[in-house]
Amino acid sequence: MADLSVNFAGIRAPNPFWLASAPPTNSGAQIHRAFEHGWGGAVWKTIGAPVLNISNRYGGLTIGGQRLLAINNVELISDRPLDVNLREIAEIKRLWPDRAVIVSAMVDASPEAWHEIVMMIEDTGADGIELNYGCPQGMSERGMGAAVGQVPEMCELNTHWVTSITKLPVIVKLTPNVTHITEPAHAAIAGGAHALSLINTINSVMSVDLDTLQITPNIGGRGTHGGYAGPAVKPIALNMLTELLTDEGVLRSGVPICGMGGIVTWKDAAEFLLLGAGAVQVCTAAMHYGYRIVEDMIDGLSNWMDDKGFATIADVSGRALPQMSSFGQLDLGYQAVARIDPDKCIQCDLCYVACNDTAHQCIDLVAGNGVRVDPGYDVRVNGRAVADTRPMPVVREPDCVGCALCANVCPVDGCITMVGVPSTQENISWDALTAQRPEIATSWDAMMAYRKEQGIEIH
Amino acid sequence: MTDHALVDDALTPHDSFPFDPRFAPTHPPLSAHEAAVEANRCLYCYDAPCIQACPTHIDIPTFIRKIATDNLRGSARVILESNFLGGTCARVCPVEELCEGACVLNAEEKPIAIGRLQRHAVDHVQGRGLQMFTAGPATGRKVAVVGSGPAGLSVSAELAKLGHAVTLLEKRELGGGLSTYGIIVLREPVDVSLQEVEAVRALGVTVETGRELTDQAGLDALLSEYDAVFLGLGLGAVPAMGIPGEQHLIDGLQYIEDSKISPDSLPDAETVVVIGAGNTAIDAATIARRRGADVTMLYRRTDSEMTAYRHEYEFALSEGIQYRFLTQPVRVISDGGKVTGVECVKMVLGVPDTGGRPSPRPLPGSEFIVPCDAVIKAIGQEKPVLATELGLDVAGGYIVVNHDMQTSLPRVYAGGDCVRLRGTASTVMAVQDGKYAAVAIHQQLSQTQEAPHG
Ligand SMILES: Cc1cc2nc3c(=O)[nH]c(=O)nc-3n(C[C@H](O)[C@H](O)[C@H](O)COP(=O)(O)OP(=O)(O)OC[C@H]3O[C@@H](n4cnc5c(N)ncnc54)[C@H](O)[C@@H]3O)c2cc1C
Ligand SMILES: Cc1cc2nc3c(=O)[nH]c(=O)nc-3n(C[C@H](O)[C@H](O)[C@H](O)COP(=O)(O)O)c2cc1C
Ligand code: SF4
Ligand code: SF4
Ligand code: SF4
Repeated sequence: MADLSVNFAGIRAPNPFWLASAPPTNSGAQIHRAFEHGWGGAVWKTIGAPVLNISNRYGGLTIGGQRLLAINNVELISDRPLDVNLREIAEIKRLWPDRAVIVSAMVDASPEAWHEIVMMIEDTGADGIELNYGCPQGMSERGMGAAVGQVPEMCELNTHWVTSITKLPVIVKLTPNVTHITEPAHAAIAGGAHALSLINTINSVMSVDLDTLQITPNIGGRGTHGGYAGPAVKPIALNMLTELLTDEGVLRSGVPICGMGGIVTWKDAAEFLLLGAGAVQVCTAAMHYGYRIVEDMIDGLSNWMDDKGFATIADVSGRALPQMSSFGQLDLGYQAVARIDPDKCIQCDLCYVACNDTAHQCIDLVAGNGVRVDPGYDVRVNGRAVADTRPMPVVREPDCVGCALCANVCPVDGCITMVGVPSTQENISWDALTAQRPEIATSWDAMMAYRKEQGIEIH
Repeated sequence: MTDHALVDDALTPHDSFPFDPRFAPTHPPLSAHEAAVEANRCLYCYDAPCIQACPTHIDIPTFIRKIATDNLRGSARVILESNFLGGTCARVCPVEELCEGACVLNAEEKPIAIGRLQRHAVDHVQGRGLQMFTAGPATGRKVAVVGSGPAGLSVSAELAKLGHAVTLLEKRELGGGLSTYGIIVLREPVDVSLQEVEAVRALGVTVETGRELTDQAGLDALLSEYDAVFLGLGLGAVPAMGIPGEQHLIDGLQYIEDSKISPDSLPDAETVVVIGAGNTAIDAATIARRRGADVTMLYRRTDSEMTAYRHEYEFALSEGIQYRFLTQPVRVISDGGKVTGVECVKMVLGVPDTGGRPSPRPLPGSEFIVPCDAVIKAIGQEKPVLATELGLDVAGGYIVVNHDMQTSLPRVYAGGDCVRLRGTASTVMAVQDGKYAAVAIHQQLSQTQEAPHG
């Protein structure tokens, strides 16, 4: 059995699955129940400045009948009285000494305000503090949340005010609503952050109701932007994670990163870990299905680690990171083509239309007698047996550019695979090539001459 | 989700036809949610096999996608454009043999419920009385259509859309042909069929019921008044069996018709024998069974030669209907005018006949009696005798037509069951015949400038 325990910036937990600061961590009673289900830690719903919430607060993204592929919220930080939250935090930490209990906080951008809240948090016995510089709505207009996270100077200053007065590990939670995620990260590190977490929610307008013409969620006849999270944001979160973990400044500091954004299953979590996260947080999936999902997260990750021979989370963490590269460093000589497994193919012809209309017109329909045919059919023939004589899609490999569109539209698992094939082209990166022959990047004539040399034909 | 998609699209039953819960439709309508889930399961195949498998070639992926996008009106239009009787077909088509049988998902999981989705979309517009089409600009050409079954309705609608003036003559009191009188309520209530007749009327077609074409003179009269004539006569009654006690046999088609139009007139019987093993026999047996009788079907060959679809046979078994194969009735036994049983003889299978099915012959001395209090015969339908009377070429009793549904007489076309020498007689095939005929008639009318009747 793999050891799932983690020590994240000095915060220990029996597993890397933590509930993110959000409605699932709103109260002591809830977190108590979550810990009973097995969550390794919880970041308390952000406490701090006094707020009033509105209703309704959520909009959901449904695609093809699948609910909550993303959620958008117009919610603020905790609206429960500060003293109640603090009392419950202390109670939970006393009851669950082995779990990570982290307190998320957000107050006015002043040293006094931070001093006051940090002292209160320390008194609860919590394991760490997470600074919420992310909230994209409601708080940012008041100079908190994203308003701090989006301005590196503010980020550094606020972080410094906290780290200079506490012994507790301080995690800075970054907002994704910036152009370069590395800038607030550098600022947080300069401010003394012991760890980073990301991503908070993304600015979003969820939808417009086509009957009422009202923006969703409809808040008394008005709408506003909210924060976007859930399965649909995972690739954005993974990208930001890797941007940080391939950044020299971040790497030099050695701060660990807690990943989140779109984690629903152990598989999602494993991807965050492979790309370098030291622990993960989950919000939307728990809001969709309840705390019980953590059981399979633990079980699935543990089984997968056993299968792969990983003994600890540290063995997994960052395993896939060295592959992260930049476009200019990729091998131009690598050539892949699509291969269709005729035994698996159900002849839906989705690959055919995708390649023919929007890729490189290199999938043919081939009849049983080996003759290429056009789509279409004889109107005088009908009945179920027509399915038995459908032509088969076949890739004309010399013309395939290896874009992988077909493999992505094919509804049958494992039916189209992208296979590496021998290439006539030299194995060189764009950066290396243009360093040797800079004219290739500026002159089409030079480019065409190079293609001719290499036997590259693009129709 | 828009409001219109939240409305459940069950057609409200018409009061003029009695509703009997024992004959509630086998498949209830899909709820809006069920339809959305099922529609989203469709892969939206390119050049999809289901389209070709449908004899009317409805663009199935397109109509299903429109259900998925909450565009039910657009969906119904796509269906009805290719098949004016899309509402009937959605209920009665042997989808396992057609569209659904060809669905690519047969290989993966289970095929898309194309028929039920089709019904969902068509019910949406028909339940609201929405007409999807308008008559084309008047061409001044006139066509007479004889018979208002699926073939007649289909050709009428297509011609009206092209701007021709159509008069539809029907000998019965109600239009719709077998959709109205012959398809059991379990599959199609009368109202659905009558709505399709109304939809044809809404296109400007003059529907005259109680008008029968009886002879050559009648056809000549039509040909002098109209530019073209289409015959969608269907087939006739169940043929006589020529056995003693014939007068006690209940005509299976009449039995089904009564179950739809006047259920109170059906005989009460506790033990019913049904002779035949085709789809009509199964339908008659199903009604008797649902009315509480013990039902046995007699068939002179074995289950592998039955003309009923496999899924129909399995349905009958699941209804608790019994089968006796290799059994030929030879006499109806009665006592004081009351049926008490059928005398039968055992059969053995011999060499295959011209149709490839082994011909059964009786085993001498094997007579036995199946006790019962009613006997229904459902051994097919008589060929259209009128055809010869009208001077049309016939083959095997069916009217001979070419690819364009043209008969041996100029300006006379035919389609539907009355021409179905080969292939399975079905509603959807009749609809497609109507479409072919409409194209050919339109072409004929476009080529001849002057109306030939002066
Ligand atoms: C019991 C039964 C169940 C069936 N179930 C199914 C099923 O589930 N699915 C399926 O696809 N098919 C089914 N069929 C077959 C289907 O009903 C027919 O294939 C279809 O109705 C044929 O249409 P049609 O227009 O050719 O003929 P019909 O529907 O028979 O219509 C012919 C019309 O012409 C009228 N007519 C005839 N002669 C004249 C005349 N001389 N003058 C004026 N009018 C005339 C008749 O009154 C009738 O209205 C079933 C058939 C039967 C008998
Ligand atoms: C309804 C809702 C409320 C949230 N409130 C907070 C909050 O108070 N403080 C905070 O730091 N993040 C908050 N978040 C952001 C989450 O903690 C998390 O960063 C984000 O949802 C991404 O993770 P997910 O995709 O697993 O939901 C909230 C998210 C949601 C959906
Ligand atoms: S990989 Fe791209 S170019 Fe090659 S067959 Fe697939 S879609 Fe076409
Ligand atoms: S998309 Fe996949 S299953 Fe469909 S035709 Fe292409 S290879 Fe076959
Ligand atoms: S074959 Fe099946 S999955 Fe493909 S379009 Fe037709 S119904 Fe949809």
